Amino acid sequence: MQDDDTQNPAFLWVLQAESLWTTRAGTANKSCADCHGAPAALKGIAAHYPAWNSAAAAPITLAQRINLCRTTHQGAPDFPPESDPLLALTTIVGLHSRGQPLDIDETGPLKPFIQAGQTLFNTRQGQLNLSCANCHEDRAGHRLGGALIPEGHANGYPQYRLEWQKLGSFPRRLRACMLGVRAEPLPPNAPDATNIELYLATRARGLKVETPAVRP
Amino acid sequence: MPRPLINIPRKVKRGSSFDIRILLAHPMESGQRRDDFGKAIPRDIIRSVHCTYAGEEIIRVDLFPAIAANPFLVFSARAFESGPIVFTWTDDQGVASFDTVDLVVE
Ligand code: HEC
Ligand code: HEC
Repeated sequence: MQDDDTQNPAFLWVLQAESLWTTRAGTANKSCADCHGAPAALKGIAAHYPAWNSAAAAPITLAQRINLCRTTHQGAPDFPPESDPLLALTTIVGLHSRGQPLDIDETGPLKPFIQAGQTLFNTRQGQLNLSCANCHEDRAGHRLGGALIPEGHANGYPQYRLEWQKLGSFPRRLRACMLGVRAEPLPPNAPDATNIELYLATRARGLKVETPAVRP
Repeated sequence: MPRPLINIPRKVKRGSSFDIRILLAHPMESGQRRDDFGKAIPRDIIRSVHCTYAGEEIIRVDLFPAIAANPFLVFSARAFESGPIVFTWTDDQGVASFDTVDLVVE
């Protein structure tokens, strides 16, 4: 399903993104296309996200980068997290990096944030007292109930999950895993979620971007 | 209603058969679920999909609640002349939607 774009339901969002891309918005009355040209002009960039943002002095996700363009360059209200337009635009940018190997600069200012993400990944949490690594490293390839435990790579987001019956972001996936161990899920735009995403991107260095992936 | 993804070959040889693939954007809410407050979520599914080719009906499909969101249909037809392939689908709210693609037969 993922390998055939005519079957991959995420392409319904790509279709939506194509029209959003050229829709003018905000006080600047500009569209993404007015400044960036075609989405293909942003080819390859998703392989470098989450990326350093000097204004925030922190890493930001691709979705947050797009919302920054909304607020600072378009003068429009940001899209709510997990909203269809935000997922759609993130997917179309991600799609133009499909096949590019993940490549995060691990030496610069991102370093402490990667380390923070790694610590979180290895910290036990929740009533079940399990860390991400307990499942995605120690038990990868085994089963949890009916589900195969994957290695926990985040190279296909936003992705279509059959269980969700729609497209979803990495933070949504993360909340599902945290609820699974009965921990308190991280709220939208939590810096810790970005740190985990960043660590996972370095852990998956060299794996290719698969956006938009399809998962059970 | 968001547009569907329709996939047919650009050009088809007269007399040969070809695949028509259509992915419809729809929640296909079964009517069996409840929201976070325990309230029943009303059923909202596509009930029927209908397709004509050069004015002739080539398929009519009834859909049921056990079908997942964003239904994907594949069927084949034989090419006899160039013309529009028109899709119509109707959901529980009675909304009928359309989309058309043109088939070129040589
Ligand atoms: C008024 C011009 C303008 C508009 C409109 C605009 N952007 Fe941007 N965008 C920029 C600039 C300039 C940058 C470089 C970073 C900065 O200076 O903010 C950028 C950066 C980006 C990046 C990061 C590129 C990288 O190399 O990391 C993405 C992704 C992006 N924009 C997506 C979008 C999307 C999607 C839209 C439409 C919702 C949009 N932009 C609208 C000007 C714009
Ligand atoms: C109890 C075991 C368990 C724990 C603990 C757990 N996960 Fe998962 N995770 C899963 C399973 C099972 C899946 C696959 C879901 C499915 O197929 O239904 C999954 C899926 C994922 C995926 C999607 C992989 C893909 O191919 O798209 C990511 C990313 C992920 N988990 C990250 C994490 C992170 C980060 C943590 C720690 C906060 C975590 N998980 C904790 C069991 C776990």
